[in-house]
Amino acid sequence: MAERPLLVFRQITKSFGAVRALRGVDLEVRAGEVHALLGENGAGKSTLIKVATGAHAPDSGTIHLAGERLERLDPALARRRGIACIYQQPALFPELSVAENLALRLEPTSAWRRVVWSERRRMAATLLSRIGADIDPEREVRTLSMPEQQLVEIASAMGAGARVVIMDEPTASLTRREQERLFGIVTALRREGVAVIYISHRLEEILTLADRVTVLRDGQTVACHARAEVDEAALIRLMVGREVDQLYPASESAPGAVRLELKGLCCRAAGGRPVSLRVRAGEVYGLAGLVGAGRTELARTIFGLTPADAGEVWIDGSRVSIGSPQAAIAQGVAYVPEDRRRHGVVLELPVGQNISLAAWRRIFPLGWLRGDRERSEAEHFVRALSIKTPDTDAAAANLSGGNQQKVALARWLATRPRVLVLDEPTQGVDVGAKSEIHRLVRRFAAEGMAVLLISSDLPEVLGMSDRIGVMRGGELVAELPQGATAMDVMSAALGQTPSEGAA
Amino acid sequence: MNRWIRELSVLGVLGLLLALLAWRAPAFFQLQPLLSLLAREAPALVVACGVAMVILVRQIDISVGSQFSVCSVFAGVLAAAGWPLAAVVPVAVLAGGSLGLVNGLLVAWLGLPSIVVTLATLVALRQGLNLVRQGEFVNLPERIQWLGLPQAQGQWLLITGAVALLALLAWGLRHLAVGRWVYAVGSDAEAARLAGIRPRWVTLVTFVLMGALTGIAAVMNVVQSPQVQPLTGSGLELKAIAAAVVGGVAISGGRGSLWGVLAGLLLLACIAPAMVHLRIDAYWEKAIQGLIILAAVMVEGVRQRRNHGR
Repeated sequence: MAERPLLVFRQITKSFGAVRALRGVDLEVRAGEVHALLGENGAGKSTLIKVATGAHAPDSGTIHLAGERLERLDPALARRRGIACIYQQPALFPELSVAENLALRLEPTSAWRRVVWSERRRMAATLLSRIGADIDPEREVRTLSMPEQQLVEIASAMGAGARVVIMDEPTASLTRREQERLFGIVTALRREGVAVIYISHRLEEILTLADRVTVLRDGQTVACHARAEVDEAALIRLMVGREVDQLYPASESAPGAVRLELKGLCCRAAGGRPVSLRVRAGEVYGLAGLVGAGRTELARTIFGLTPADAGEVWIDGSRVSIGSPQAAIAQGVAYVPEDRRRHGVVLELPVGQNISLAAWRRIFPLGWLRGDRERSEAEHFVRALSIKTPDTDAAAANLSGGNQQKVALARWLATRPRVLVLDEPTQGVDVGAKSEIHRLVRRFAAEGMAVLLISSDLPEVLGMSDRIGVMRGGELVAELPQGATAMDVMSAALGQTPSEGAA
Repeated sequence: MNRWIRELSVLGVLGLLLALLAWRAPAFFQLQPLLSLLAREAPALVVACGVAMVILVRQIDISVGSQFSVCSVFAGVLAAAGWPLAAVVPVAVLAGGSLGLVNGLLVAWLGLPSIVVTLATLVALRQGLNLVRQGEFVNLPERIQWLGLPQAQGQWLLITGAVALLALLAWGLRHLAVGRWVYAVGSDAEAARLAGIRPRWVTLVTFVLMGALTGIAAVMNVVQSPQVQPLTGSGLELKAIAAAVVGGVAISGGRGSLWGVLAGLLLLACIAPAMVHLRIDAYWEKAIQGLIILAAVMVEGVRQRRNHGR
């Protein structure tokens, strides 16, 4: 194993608006090693990868490859210098064959070059056999399974002479057998002297595969250790690192009767597993878990977007059946979806119309829309949530992210919900708006709503929740009381037994 | 008012055209020819309202011309068989509504692209009509001419009827929940679904409504001539879409108003007679209409680019 580092990042910083995604990351990767990159959601792993592949230019800091400084790195240059990335979702052309896909990346690109098909097929076959993949180069990519497509990606990286291969959660959707085959390929790459940057949430994978581990937290490198120096508990401690350092509004009221109860609820058709939980009136129930743990899927089932095909929902002690969002609204369930920028508000509609969109039945009991009622309703919420907008006729598109999120909240508060499901309510909003939204969520609970708060922001879940449910692989794997530590939550989310029994 | 800027700008262009005519060819402003012109456009206005609503939900219907032919011939046959107008109208509406239902089900429930579905129904309805009728004209009874009124009164009634229908629909779009849903679904169907709206249902309703309006328009067409010729209504889809686009209905859905459609249709309808009066070669007509449509689309494109740049 060569000791001289092949790829070196020094003090990389990168901000998106007010969000500081990377605030000084150091990373050293050697040729012929598997280097694991670890960190909780939002620690900066994805941003770092994008910097490495040239998709994002860093704000400051340096990148050296084999001793040579890489400046103005762009995707084409990164590829030429031998940095390749295998994403979770392979970016291949589905209608073209494997050989054509490889050729598009690897053959010269002059437009009038003659294509020698036999040569093209031979090259593809050679590359695929080099990584031990048994795939016919003639097959169309859309007929390949996800892991097979990954193999094609790896073959293409090898064909491009990659010296650094980045793998982003490569095993996320693989079966056991496919995983083992992938591990074999990773080991083979290492033998060939390739540096592999391996990103995964599965600690056991990292511990079997990696030579060294770098842990990121809040956009900074907190540690880099050789495999032998760490165990699972140590890694979790490094990822979590700090206690809640922000102030969160305190719970104002004692929880009341059980408002929402799920009994083995799931939508099998959408790949869900049964989940049972109870949320009391006035309670904020946090749902923690890694991205992809099935929290959004559960929320969509509760709201009737993917209607449940098993289990029961009980609200205020009576069983309800929710087969559609309309039924959910009628039962007093409100869902503020994640990814507000895309679907939380209707960007073209004015603020006022956005607010009355779901609650028109209550606001306009006679069936037709009255401008005066709409305006007074909207103005009420603009004041109550301090939404910053010139007036209620301004298009939602003109508002800032935090204010759009408040409009989305207002739309659902207008329906006077009994159960409020919030999916990543503060994702991508600035700090000020974030703490305002926290304050509002507390107030809604104090008004008697049962709040289900999905958040990947660990301090937020810890600070806001009266109880925390942790999901993994579509199931509720732990329920933790208020005062649980980040360590407890991460352990459950990663599937480790906590060091101290938190029973 | 900022909100009406697009509609007002079309009216402004129309005003300029009329001012030019008043200066160079005041003969344009004789009552009877104008009345005939507007009465001839009244069915197109009704159809354009329907098409505009379909565009507002981010769909398209290019089969209106064929629906219009089928409904016209159907209404004509019924009238010739001695049905009173009061019975012909609801049956024509029903017929149009059913044709809209077919398109709507294919688009909303099967999720097929509306341009292809309505291209298919455009051809199928037109050819089906030819097959059944063998190109035969329908001779209409005297009694339904101009709704049984003197010509001028009949024309006034058709014009005011069409505008009243438009006003009713425009009111519904603004003041009924389902009207709001049309805009919401056209802007962002997924966001609308998350807000508890049923996009498929809204889409279906607009297609059915459009068919029903085409049925009404067909009757308004039939009463204006002594016979129904089987090719009536071909090219109507282009006229209706053009009126909507010129009037400021965004082809990407979710924005525009029926009053804009009225302004757009008036502008396009005035081009041909204006050219006659200004002694411009009639071959320029389509070119000028095309330029107007292009200008409208460019204004729209600039607006969207500016919004996205933000």
